[in-house]
Amino acid sequence: MFNLSPKNDTVTMAIFAIAVLAMPLWLAPIGASYPDLLQKFAIFGIFAVGYNILFGLTGYLSFGHAAFLGVGSYAAVWSFKLVTMNVLPAVLFGTLIGGVFAALIGFVSLRRSGIYFSILTLAFAQMSYNLAYSVLTPITNGETGLQLTQQDPRIIDSLFVAAGEGLPSTNLFGLKMSGYPGFYFCAVLLIIAFFISLRIFRSPFGLKLLAIKSNQVRMNYTGFNTRPYMLIAFVVSGMYAGLAGSLLAVTDPLAGAERMQWTASGEVVLMTILGGAGTLVGPLLGAGIIKYFENIFSAYNDQLLHQMLAFLPDGMEGAVVALLGLFVGEGWHLTLGIIFMAIVIFLPGGLMEGIRRIGGMIQKRGGGKKPEQTGGVMRPTEQEG
Amino acid sequence: MNDTVLKVADVHKSFGGLHALRDVNLDIEQSKTHAIIGPNGAGKSTLLNVCVGRIEPDNGSVTFDGETLTGKKPHEINQVGVARVFQTPEIFPELTLMQNVMIPALAKRDGSFKFNAFRILQGENDIRDEAEHILEDLDLIDQRDSEAGSLSRGDKRRLELAMCLVQHPRLLLLDEPTAGMSRHDTNRTIDLLKRIKERGMTKVIIEHDMHVVFSLADRITVLAQGTVIAEGTPDEVRGNPQVQEAYLGGAHI
Ligand SMILES: Nc1ncnc2c1ncn2[C@@H]1O[C@H](COP(=O)(O)OP(=O)(O)OP(=O)(O)O)[C@@H](O)[C@H]1O
Ligand SMILES: [Mg+2]
Repeated sequence: MFNLSPKNDTVTMAIFAIAVLAMPLWLAPIGASYPDLLQKFAIFGIFAVGYNILFGLTGYLSFGHAAFLGVGSYAAVWSFKLVTMNVLPAVLFGTLIGGVFAALIGFVSLRRSGIYFSILTLAFAQMSYNLAYSVLTPITNGETGLQLTQQDPRIIDSLFVAAGEGLPSTNLFGLKMSGYPGFYFCAVLLIIAFFISLRIFRSPFGLKLLAIKSNQVRMNYTGFNTRPYMLIAFVVSGMYAGLAGSLLAVTDPLAGAERMQWTASGEVVLMTILGGAGTLVGPLLGAGIIKYFENIFSAYNDQLLHQMLAFLPDGMEGAVVALLGLFVGEGWHLTLGIIFMAIVIFLPGGLMEGIRRIGGMIQKRGGGKKPEQTGGVMRPTEQEG
Repeated sequence: MNDTVLKVADVHKSFGGLHALRDVNLDIEQSKTHAIIGPNGAGKSTLLNVCVGRIEPDNGSVTFDGETLTGKKPHEINQVGVARVFQTPEIFPELTLMQNVMIPALAKRDGSFKFNAFRILQGENDIRDEAEHILEDLDLIDQRDSEAGSLSRGDKRRLELAMCLVQHPRLLLLDEPTAGMSRHDTNRTIDLLKRIKERGMTKVIIEHDMHVVFSLADRITVLAQGTVIAEGTPDEVRGNPQVQEAYLGGAHI
């Protein structure tokens, strides 16, 4: 059985790192090995892993995390504009600003719990979104979005090279951050982010967060001041979001307010629940699946469907295309909605619960041993090491 | 001789028009077991709620070992050394028994806040040992890896007691610790509470079961309609006609 001792975590991390770095290989058969999509997997993976530290462990459902994602993007683009096209400062700055914003919003929102907390975070995120379009236009460049220009100062870069023709590209000490190098940069950060999340899950701190989710009243009468615990969980997940946002800018140096919209906040909730909130790898799985299907399904259009269904009799073809057309292209959200409903109804623990059930069935058939929690679910469960 | 450790002074609390507590005075002595009895709705639980900071009294104060508890937050009161078992068990239903007991042990060691996100829980041997020890003490060790929510009502109560005892509190407040337990489990709990008495822990126990009360109590306070109507040793209270009238409707205890 999967053991949760520190030694096993080393193995877990090694497998995880190899799996992430080898994504271009094993995702090739399903047509998902092109850099743009791989980058998205890694970036939204980070976003979801961080969100899970808040929602999965403490049960506080934030509907405003896209605000931190957006803020991270703006911070990174400003770093590109003012300082250097090197991605390291941009990523650090984005993470930091994500954390600062989360501290401010968290401080106020955490005065309430349950639905009121969710509404407060949603309100703050929508406020940020609207401000980005209005009052804060000097910082966000409004609807056009924040972009690089030829006239940007780039203080550090300008010391070394004269501004060339056209816009410079983001780089890591000269290595351009587009295509596969861009993916590998994001992948390494995903591995680090996952490692930190793993350690939090395994720590006394992580157990205390789980206990807050389970019974906050008992926590208080047990001697814990739950507020700072919640605030830290909130800020850490905000920093993950800021990091993810800055990576979006690394792979494409442009930031727009639409990243902060409530639908974007909802997406990370979907990812986490779809994969399995409170499990370590579930949110990653959710992020991957949503981004994959978004790409596949939204690429289909009626014309493509007609081609595929050309073998059907004429009248029937038209009807089938009209029906399927609802679920692809722009309508892919309908597909997502149906998948999501099915998961929530039949597998409330997300896909990880499905994997666990299948694992349990196989085990029962194999040796008749009692099915235990498998590797995917890595709550800080007490087990003999 | 008379070293009071918990002092409730002139505590008054009303909910709307209902006077749940009327100028209650209570002195609890060090290392003693003090029972509070009284009919339903007498204000017993409310009195404990005032002690642990769940309810702010309208008037009066509670001091523990010279420290004022009134106005303090629940977690601060716990950190002073006051633990409480609730009338309806407050446990962590989704977590295992081991985790349920390790959490209060961590609270005792780490204080009300500590950011130890980079330690590994598996490596906290002192905490695990303490937790295992207390689960053994309460005969719950066989279920150490079960979810607490799946326990019977009586076992949940014992688990909550374990969660309090693992903290080695100076004062333990028990709100009907044996309600819902079988006679067998009740007797085991009585034995356990007698054992911790030998360790010098002060206890306040609310109980309807007179067998439990007379097995454990050094002193008894009788509350009725928010007022203390009698106080004394078990024998004094047993013989008090006013108590028999108010509490037992005239029947003999
Ligand atoms: N938070 C509250 N809000 C309003 N009324 C309350 C509250 N807590 C207690 N009361 C009322 O105060 C009175 C005393 O309640 P309390 O729970 O202290 O009684 P008790 O002695 O513990 O009774 P029991 O033996 O049934 O547990 C009751 O009438 C109760 O309804
Ligand atoms: Mg009561």
